[in-house]
Amino acid sequence: MSRVLVIADHDGHQLGSGCSRCVTAAAKLGAAELHVAVFAAAGGAIAAQAAELAGVSKVLVVERAENAHLLAAVLAPQVVKLAAGYDYVIGPANTFGKDLLPRVAALLGVGQVSDLMFVESAHRFRRPTYAGNAIVTIESPPEVKLVATIRTASFAAAGGGGSAPIEAASTDAVLPTHTRFVSINAAKSDRPELQSAKRVVSGGRALANSENFQLIYALADRLGAAVGASRAAVDAGYVPSDMQVGQTGKIIAPELYMAIGISGAIQHLTGIKDARTIVAINKDAEAPIFEVADVGLVGDLFKIVPELTALLSKASG
Amino acid sequence: MKILVGIKRVVDYNVRVRVKPDGSGVALDGVKMSINPFDEIALEEALRIRERNQATEVIVVAVGPEEVQTQLRSALAMGADRAILVKCDQPIEPQGVARALLAVIRQEQIGLAILGKQAIDDDAGQTGQMLAALWERPQVTFASKLELQAEKAQVTREVDSGLETLSIDLPAVITTDLRLNEPRYIKLPDIMKAKKKPLAVTDLAALGVNAMPQFRVVKTEPPVPRARGIMVKDVPELVAELRKRGVVS
Ligand SMILES: Cc1cc2nc3c(=O)[nH]c(=O)nc-3n(C[C@H](O)[C@H](O)[C@H](O)COP(=O)(O)OP(=O)(O)OC[C@H]3O[C@@H](n4cnc5c(N)ncnc54)[C@H](O)[C@@H]3O)c2cc1C
Repeated sequence: MSRVLVIADHDGHQLGSGCSRCVTAAAKLGAAELHVAVFAAAGGAIAAQAAELAGVSKVLVVERAENAHLLAAVLAPQVVKLAAGYDYVIGPANTFGKDLLPRVAALLGVGQVSDLMFVESAHRFRRPTYAGNAIVTIESPPEVKLVATIRTASFAAAGGGGSAPIEAASTDAVLPTHTRFVSINAAKSDRPELQSAKRVVSGGRALANSENFQLIYALADRLGAAVGASRAAVDAGYVPSDMQVGQTGKIIAPELYMAIGISGAIQHLTGIKDARTIVAINKDAEAPIFEVADVGLVGDLFKIVPELTALLSKASG
Repeated sequence: MKILVGIKRVVDYNVRVRVKPDGSGVALDGVKMSINPFDEIALEEALRIRERNQATEVIVVAVGPEEVQTQLRSALAMGADRAILVKCDQPIEPQGVARALLAVIRQEQIGLAILGKQAIDDDAGQTGQMLAALWERPQVTFASKLELQAEKAQVTREVDSGLETLSIDLPAVITTDLRLNEPRYIKLPDIMKAKKKPLAVTDLAALGVNAMPQFRVVKTEPPVPRARGIMVKDVPELVAELRKRGVVS
């Protein structure tokens, strides 16, 4: 009969894709009460989306001008106040949750489970270490409040159709002024979001420049896919950093992942291991990406990708 | 201003780690150990700040067993002014490391702490945020650009939606992302010089830090391997295969 508090990720308007994965994880933790907390300047619309997630028993909205941008130093004291009375405080293991929850845990004087990927029982969990090459099973003492970030790729999105009550909540937390938001430079894109997309097409160093990445975009658009990249492609400036997939980028679990001109370093593979079907296109038959690929094609991407895009267009056009 | 940089000894990123058959952990015998790559980036950033005369001293601090001295010496060779080893032979969780670092910060009157955003062994990604919380100071995680002004810093961080810029008051904790800088290589004369630099050894008890782990590690297993895939010979075959699997229409 546990009580779980999920801290919602959002962009100020829309609920993030991590929240519904956390709701699924919360159910596995045996939540009798499953509450979602939305911290925002104006959180009504976001709360309404959270209330629709199946399994949620209540949505708490904490509206304060200071919550206009989700700054960990500002949110953490509020989460701590709200956390009283819950057995679990969880959030998504994306840049929002990874920034916030360790700060919350430290203020609560407890440890944290990062990237929780499997719930064995209420106090026994699995998480990946060494870029996913060693999975550890850990136990936490039942009497200690558990703070965790949820590896979103390991849990399905919760269903819809719910209608949980929405309540305004307030905390008397004193908020610091030492951290101020300046700006966000977010690439606007009509393509699906990388972390929740059903299909992802990624390009690597082999693309050689940003113009050539148009080949990847064209194929992705043909498939209705999101676009990702290896670290090498990001470091070289072919694409922005928010497209990096891997240990230190985004961990994704699409139905289809296409790795094009990517060698398959362990740091990249850890980000895609949960994809249902992995397709690799690489001119080097010995590339490690072929060890994890479900379907591999050896050859020059500059020949293969345009042909693939054209063939897919023809058939479905 | 003094800068503290956290250093962790980890299995080198080029090593393919293997889980021990008895499930007791990862095989470490004879495996190459290095400074956690993100900590090297943290150190490089601190050195650049000092070289711009915005800091007086760069102190590298590690919490761990005696062997960590090797990595602290490498950090000194890279250019740190002195090192502190907080000895700890037991496994320690990020919360314990954060408490130990905070104790050092208070002793040394640190103005800026730069840590890696995660260590590539446990991949926990917690220490910097926990340190900032306990210190009651600002944190900027996943930093890709750092500009110091008097008593303040403007820091850009890599977030899922793009690049976010924050302005913070110092002291503060910064955690580094990959693109903050490219660490310098160590030159041979620097290794010689590093031997003469001060390396102080203390321990958790001397710092008054309790670092009892909260979690019990039950077992360590390799990941479930993916089923063996197939190779196709050309694009039409690829498309046919994808259709067969129902992943494209
Ligand atoms: C601490 C740390 C963290 C890291 N985190 C990440 C991470 O999160 N994500 C990540 O991706 N990497 C990460 N890396 C980097 C990783 O180790 C690799 O360096 C990187 O993934 C390589 O990118 P790549 O496959 O694009 O480039 P390469 O390894 O250079 O591979 C390019 C591939 O393209 C193929 N190729 C070349 N030309 C063609 C052609 N015309 N047609 C077809 N194929 C061609 C080559 O055969 C080769 O296999 C990290 C590294 C470290 C140290």
